[in-house]
Amino acid sequence: MRDMMPEDSNGKQGVEHTLSYHDGTSRKVLVQDEELPYPEGKLIVSRTDPKGIITHANQAFVEMSGFKIEELIGTPHYILRHPDMPATAFAGLWDDIIQGRKWSGYVKNLRKDGRYYWVYATVVANIRNGIVVGYTSVRRKPSRTKVNKAKELYKTLK
Amino acid sequence: MNYVMTVSPDFNTKNVVGWFIFNTWLQKELRSNIHFELFDKFHELHQAIADKKINIVYANPYDAANLIREYGFQALARPLNKTDEALIAVNSDSAIQKVEDLKSGSIIATTDNPDVHMMSMIMVEPADLDKGNITINIKDGYVAVAKELLRGTADAGFFLAETFDELSDVVKSKLRVLVRSQIHVIHHVFLVDKSFAGRNDEITKALMSMSDSDRGNKILSEIGVLKWEKVEEEEVEFMIDLMSTLVS
Repeated sequence: MRDMMPEDSNGKQGVEHTLSYHDGTSRKVLVQDEELPYPEGKLIVSRTDPKGIITHANQAFVEMSGFKIEELIGTPHYILRHPDMPATAFAGLWDDIIQGRKWSGYVKNLRKDGRYYWVYATVVANIRNGIVVGYTSVRRKPSRTKVNKAKELYKTLK
Repeated sequence: MNYVMTVSPDFNTKNVVGWFIFNTWLQKELRSNIHFELFDKFHELHQAIADKKINIVYANPYDAANLIREYGFQALARPLNKTDEALIAVNSDSAIQKVEDLKSGSIIATTDNPDVHMMSMIMVEPADLDKGNITINIKDGYVAVAKELLRGTADAGFFLAETFDELSDVVKSKLRVLVRSQIHVIHHVFLVDKSFAGRNDEITKALMSMSDSDRGNKILSEIGVLKWEKVEEEEVEFMIDLMSTLVS
């Protein structure tokens, strides 16, 4: 996955971070301190294969992530990972969904342009004939109270 | 064999006669006896399903999930370009301007439609509302829900968007929409049970060709469906997975 470039954020200066992912890869991102409001009434929906590679993204996902659909399909879902999200915030995600349980949490997502948006995310396994064939992630507008609590918690987990 | 067909209780009352005509048409197409039975309440439908008294259902999305995963029904078709959406409205004079203005203790008027409840409950989450801190007042229909708002006896109403849009202009002018869902992938499904094993292609073919004739189109119009569209199993499974993320 390529590093974020200044042109991704229309030349705006961002704070550089290097994100390291569980598969051993890493990526430089340029983070902007600007939040985009969650679109009213919409759900952001994506599906991945069992390895977390995006296979489907709905229009709300495309719009909020800032990526083109062709940039999302075939890319690891962790392309959304914001450096403010501690890895431990996702603890239990894989344990839960592999066991067929739902996982939910408040997540700060990184856009292509370095800005961010908060969501309440829920992930379920897509089980067909007893086999996990992928995962569906649905994000919805979060409570601001809960987001503020998550922010405080995530600071302590870093 | 005699079959029993029904439609989800959220059917539009103006389409009732159309559904009886549809049932007559289906009997002729399949050369089978099909009794058409309507349920006013969702719990009555759920009981009939649990008692295995239903063979064919034009099901609302929430019940479709249960019928497919718990009772082995198979999805054959869906209405073209028609999805289920919900909205939350208030009295136009209400001080509530956005969902976040709804407070703990709010009284919400709605019907027993599980899809509308599911979609609306996630739309009030940003106000820190859940089933534990609101009062749900179940009414018989959306006109009655609107009346609660007009009388000021409810703070907000959960509506099926399609039905809200069909309220009279006078009523709508006295209401204000706070938020309308734009989910786009939750829809009704035409389902058959296992007693139709081996006849699915026959039924699907009949449904798909319905819009090829004037008579078929007239019946479709009378049930509020533009045309039937074949539905793939994976499409419905995706819808069910998605809905499973929305229920607590």
